[in-house]
Amino acid sequence: MTPTATETEQPTRRVPSALRPPRMSRLRDSAVLISLIVLFVVLSITADNFLSVDNLKNVLDQATSLGIIATAGTLVIVAGAFDLSVGSIFAMSGVIAAELATHGTSVGLALALGIASGAVLGVANGLFVSWVRINPFIATLATSIMIRGIALAITGGNLITVEKPSFAKLGNDEIATIKLSTWIFLAWALLMGFLLWRTVFGRYLKACGGNEQAARLSGIRVGAVRTAAFAISGLAAALAGILAASEISTGQADVGVGLELNAVAAIVVGGTSIRGGEGAVWRTMVGVLLLALIGNGFNLLSIDSVYQQVVYGGIILLAAGVDARLRRRD
Amino acid sequence: MPPHVSLRQISKRFGGAHALRAVDLDIERGSIHGLVGENGAGKSTLGKIITGVIQADAGTLEVDGRRVHYRAPREALDDGLAIIAQELSLVPQLTVLENVLLGQEPNRAGVLDARRLRRRFEERLEGMRFELPLNAPVGTLRLADQQKVEIMRAVARQARLIVMDEPTASLTPDERARLFETVRHLKGDGTTVVFVSHALHDVLDLSDTVTILRDGQVVRTAPAAEETVESLVNAMIGRSFDASFPPKRPPAPDAPVIFEARKVSAGALVRDVSFSVRAGEIVALAGLIGSGRSEVARAVFGADPRTGGSIHLDGEEVRIRSPRDGVRRGLAMLPESRKDQGLMMMSPVSHNVSLACLETLQRFGVVRTREEAKRVRAEIERVDVRGAGMATAVRSLSGGNQQKVLFAKWLLRRPRLLIADEPTRGVDVGAKRAIYELLAGLAADEGLGVIVISSELEEVLGLAHRVIVMREGRAVGELEGDDMTEERILRLAFGTGARRHAA
Repeated sequence: MTPTATETEQPTRRVPSALRPPRMSRLRDSAVLISLIVLFVVLSITADNFLSVDNLKNVLDQATSLGIIATAGTLVIVAGAFDLSVGSIFAMSGVIAAELATHGTSVGLALALGIASGAVLGVANGLFVSWVRINPFIATLATSIMIRGIALAITGGNLITVEKPSFAKLGNDEIATIKLSTWIFLAWALLMGFLLWRTVFGRYLKACGGNEQAARLSGIRVGAVRTAAFAISGLAAALAGILAASEISTGQADVGVGLELNAVAAIVVGGTSIRGGEGAVWRTMVGVLLLALIGNGFNLLSIDSVYQQVVYGGIILLAAGVDARLRRRD
Repeated sequence: MPPHVSLRQISKRFGGAHALRAVDLDIERGSIHGLVGENGAGKSTLGKIITGVIQADAGTLEVDGRRVHYRAPREALDDGLAIIAQELSLVPQLTVLENVLLGQEPNRAGVLDARRLRRRFEERLEGMRFELPLNAPVGTLRLADQQKVEIMRAVARQARLIVMDEPTASLTPDERARLFETVRHLKGDGTTVVFVSHALHDVLDLSDTVTILRDGQVVRTAPAAEETVESLVNAMIGRSFDASFPPKRPPAPDAPVIFEARKVSAGALVRDVSFSVRAGEIVALAGLIGSGRSEVARAVFGADPRTGGSIHLDGEEVRIRSPRDGVRRGLAMLPESRKDQGLMMMSPVSHNVSLACLETLQRFGVVRTREEAKRVRAEIERVDVRGAGMATAVRSLSGGNQQKVLFAKWLLRRPRLLIADEPTRGVDVGAKRAIYELLAGLAADEGLGVIVISSELEEVLGLAHRVIVMREGRAVGELEGDDMTEERILRLAFGTGARRHAA
């Protein structure tokens, strides 16, 4: 030690500041959950028919498309990217399945190919983002426009009605009095949650979104990981798309408009950071249910659905504002 | 008449480190004042304090004989003091004209008036004879010309004193000559210039007065005519040694060469660099900032593409074309910037530590969290991360503990070769010592090859068994044993003794 300096600078032991951030994030965790519970309680009291089994099943059914897409979208956002093409893929997959089914392909294969189309389109998104290096926002906006254009070209702007009764099974059958599509939604959400929470792939997603440079220098193939996330997102959109097409035995090119933005809304409202690196699928589920309950409440209380939009927007701002605030504390 | 700027007893600390200690300095009006010293001697800090970019912890600053307290660069600018930092602050998409008058555009009710903009430009820069295309976007100009735009901006803001921090670092000799012309021209107009530079020849050529800094203290201030490159170098070195380094344990004489780089070239900053590392050996890459030290490390690790040369591990040539290849071959790299390249700041300690090792901590793609926790805990205990649990977010740790988390991360992989780029930057004194011991122990006890890159010569000398000195992208010398002195390293790094440029 030099005599002039340093003696005075031995690190003093303070209360570890390490304790603070977890407490803050715990607060955020409980905030979304509490909002959901409060809304649930309020609706139970104010709306007579809210707390019935049929209505709650209905809420879940209404949330199916958004839920499947948003839980997968969480993976993309955690990986530090964005997928705006899910609304178009949702429509495209239904159109493909319906078109194939009406032209002699077996129903099972038609549905499977519908889903596969989503995965293929997702991989394409991933390649544009990771290898061509187009900003994900722009890349998926562009593919979104193209995909819907192709869907329109296939249908010629008409509805494709499938006459085969087996086509409608997936979207209408029930198991233990609950719709098959609801079961698929819940299973999918669990799968996404597990992927992000417990698997190596989930960790890599967080690393790519949390610090791309660090991920690369740790030997992670950032491009491949992101592309996989886009593939899953595309697959989810297609799965939701064929469930919806099956429900009404129809393929049409103009469904799912704005679905991508609702998915982002649900993810953000749940508290997953829009900047990537952290987040959880359960949060997105809370976000999806929150939005679904609001929609349901407006219906039951017969409030003009115009105001629903205003409330949706307000909640997104609130959630994003809380996120920004928490981050600025660093 | 008082000096233009006068500093008395100026001190500044960053965390545990003294950047400046009781500095006294007078800068005469209309002079060119050179500031020289090693990396980290406090040159840039001094320039930033004068121009209000940062604030001194203690001491007084007088401008034109008047005591001032600048809280922001804008306040210094109001007094005519401007800085041209190493990283230029231009808007590349805007034209030269727009950049020069950025923030001072004449306007009518918020509407830009192009003709008045041009007129104001001509008024403010009367007599500045730069031949620059005024309507070209700045991003399309050469670096030296961009610097001129910065200088013009300073002049347009009516700066009477301009601090130039390493203005020649990335210039070609030709561009350098043109910059000097500009500086002399400024002086001719009565502007004071503070010239911070590593290029000692340049400083002597240009300056009227030179101040030499060492360890944040002024060694002396003297007329440039009385100094030589030799006298400057002699004054810059010879600092007191800190006895906080663990004893050196050199590798066994028969220790095998585990790593060898042959004629590695990469980008513009690495040319034909060859060196080797033996098991248990700590090799330092020394050199000035911008000499290509980090770039060499990045190239051999696979982080940047190599344009030539080969990498050999245990005598066999290996293909390393991505960090993934490097990691799989048993290389590990602690990058220069923890925050930007090393850590996921928002994630917990455990996720950061296990990231590079998850392939061995999984079954069917599922992380074996219990095993993970066990191994991560063992590693963070080994490197002694303090005040943090496994679930603590890394951002809330101190710099020293963050660095230790990075060590833990790479040690978990049991690498053969560890590259540590600036391992103690922004780390307090206690953690520094711990990191030194860790590095020394890894080499001596576990037989790792270690490459240390450091701007602090003290660290290089205190840790390394051998030093490779880099200058302008080339390995210009290799020193070992008694030859490893501060003076010899600096001479090689500055290229004194030999002519700087052949032409």
